[in-house]
Amino acid sequence: MIKARNLSKRYGEKRVFRRVDVDLPSGGFLLVTGANGSGKTTLLRVLAGLAAPSGGELELPSRELVGYLGHDPLVYRELTPLENLTLFGRLYRVPERAERIGMLLERFGLWEVRHQRVSTFSRGMQQRLGLCRVLLHNPDLLVFDEPFNALDVAGAELLDETLTELAGRTLVVATHDPDRVSELVTQRLALA
Amino acid sequence: MTTYDSPVMRPTKDNRLPMLAALTTVLFAAAMALIFFYAPTDQDQGLSQRIFYFHVPLALTAYVAFGWGAWKALLHLWKRPEEADLESYVAIHQGVIFGSLVLLTGTLWAKISWGVWWVWTDDELVLFLVLFLFYCAYFMLRYSVDAGPSRANMSAVYALFGVVLIPISILAIRLSRTIATQHPEVFKAAGPQMSNAQFFTFCVAWAAMVSLFATLYNLELAGKRLDAHLRELREILT
Amino acid sequence: MSYASAVAALLRKDLLLELRAKETLPAMLIFVISALTVFHFALPDGSNHTAALGLLWIAIVFTALLGLTRAFVPEREQGTLEALVLTPCDRSAIWAAKALSVLAFLILAEVVALPAFAAFFSGVNGRTVAAVALADIGIAAVGTLTGAMAVAGRARELILPLLFLPLSIPIVVGGIGASVQPGGKYLLLLVLYDAVFTLLAWGAFEYVVVET
Repeated sequence: MIKARNLSKRYGEKRVFRRVDVDLPSGGFLLVTGANGSGKTTLLRVLAGLAAPSGGELELPSRELVGYLGHDPLVYRELTPLENLTLFGRLYRVPERAERIGMLLERFGLWEVRHQRVSTFSRGMQQRLGLCRVLLHNPDLLVFDEPFNALDVAGAELLDETLTELAGRTLVVATHDPDRVSELVTQRLALA
Repeated sequence: MTTYDSPVMRPTKDNRLPMLAALTTVLFAAAMALIFFYAPTDQDQGLSQRIFYFHVPLALTAYVAFGWGAWKALLHLWKRPEEADLESYVAIHQGVIFGSLVLLTGTLWAKISWGVWWVWTDDELVLFLVLFLFYCAYFMLRYSVDAGPSRANMSAVYALFGVVLIPISILAIRLSRTIATQHPEVFKAAGPQMSNAQFFTFCVAWAAMVSLFATLYNLELAGKRLDAHLRELREILT
Repeated sequence: MSYASAVAALLRKDLLLELRAKETLPAMLIFVISALTVFHFALPDGSNHTAALGLLWIAIVFTALLGLTRAFVPEREQGTLEALVLTPCDRSAIWAAKALSVLAFLILAEVVALPAFAAFFSGVNGRTVAAVALADIGIAAVGTLTGAMAVAGRARELILPLLFLPLSIPIVVGGIGASVQPGGKYLLLLVLYDAVFTLLAWGAFEYVVVET
């Protein structure tokens, strides 16, 4: 699913990471660890196709097959969850959009608030909506950057469940809390 | 697999720089001799008309530089050769330097010929002012974004807008003129309005100016490549 | 077909956001009326109609700049531009929808500004209205592209006027020319500008929002 050889990234004079090799087969779970500032976020953005590496070789699936959840939920705060997901559903040309959106909102406990603006939500609820957005188009490759951040206990348990259910998909996850996902992990990458 | 080449820039070995510099020196010496000792003195304007042999070649060379920068920008977006972004930037940088000299020689000439420092009825001066502002914004854009692929892309797009802006601005400025132009129209459809001696001098002066541009362009590129190479070495050592 | 539906979905989102947040259009309206008021005091007594028309064009360009400033800032701050770029829709659809929403706000602002100008200064003729309509297209097309460039940098919206104003000079020339001189050559200049720069901005937008 992902093949990367001798990948490096720098912005101007500043080097973010270098000599990263990844060979993640379909269905694999790659855990990315490293201290703050070690380039986890940048690496994940590269693996999600959002940023181009500065050097090396990289093979990624095409972008309709990728779902990326960053630190921010990447949803419109002045729109409702329903409006947000309808927009992205249209852009991804999701079949049977209304049913799929309803199912996801139900699953992540947002059905009751589907007509409220996202700006009134807590950080955790926004993150759940972000998860809905990522799962909406059924991507083969999921890239999660610190997905447990901002989630309360119930939200985190829900995410645990979701990650387990996603077995069979390919996952790349960066987290400070590797114990949470240790049973699922097939590969590890430590950034220095 | 897509290969992302890090721009491993090496100082060029087959350095054409000394050759170019020598050529520029010879051409400039010839141009100076022709301008001051060979070209006939203008009957109306006297000595000051000789600034023409600097002003117009500077302007034409600035167009060459902007055009070259835009061509490299197009190449960057199209085929992505390694150094196109740097080359585009350096060409535009030189173009702005030549363009500033066009403004300077233009205002000097305006002051001597017409008694004023600035005339809005002079198409070429106005155009160079617009271009000067445009390319200043190009530098602001470049300095506000971190070096990297997105800066290279945006610079290239803006540089392409620049060459499209040139003909449209010429058209707009021509249209905006409400009174007859004061700018001497040297090149008419019927051919250059110059004596053979003047035309020859002009051609040599222009060749000298283009050669100067080529020299400065390659000099700045060599410097930038050396910088990049040094950075690479430092990185390998850490 | 799917391109059009992507543009429609994105445009609907932009208009809905403005309807909720009410950030851009009210600001543009108040700005353009304030500008015209300031211009009244800036014009000495006995100034002619032509000078006032010149100020109308300044008001239009700067009102447009105000709207353009906000076009991409929220998208960049909330990261939603990245979410849009990740979707499989053609990136130029993002530009098209944004340009159409900017165009809509600009037209709405002018629907107020032109009658106000007529009341404060002097009437506007049909050629001026046609020129304003044509100028709006060019402003929206080029402004949206430069707006996306401006928010990518550290200076954010600060450099948008620097990027946009040199590019707007042919628009101002065409607009003021059409306002004060009979004949269609200035309108033709605007049509040419719109055609060339809309095509260029449409084709170039992708490179402004992606790294690869």
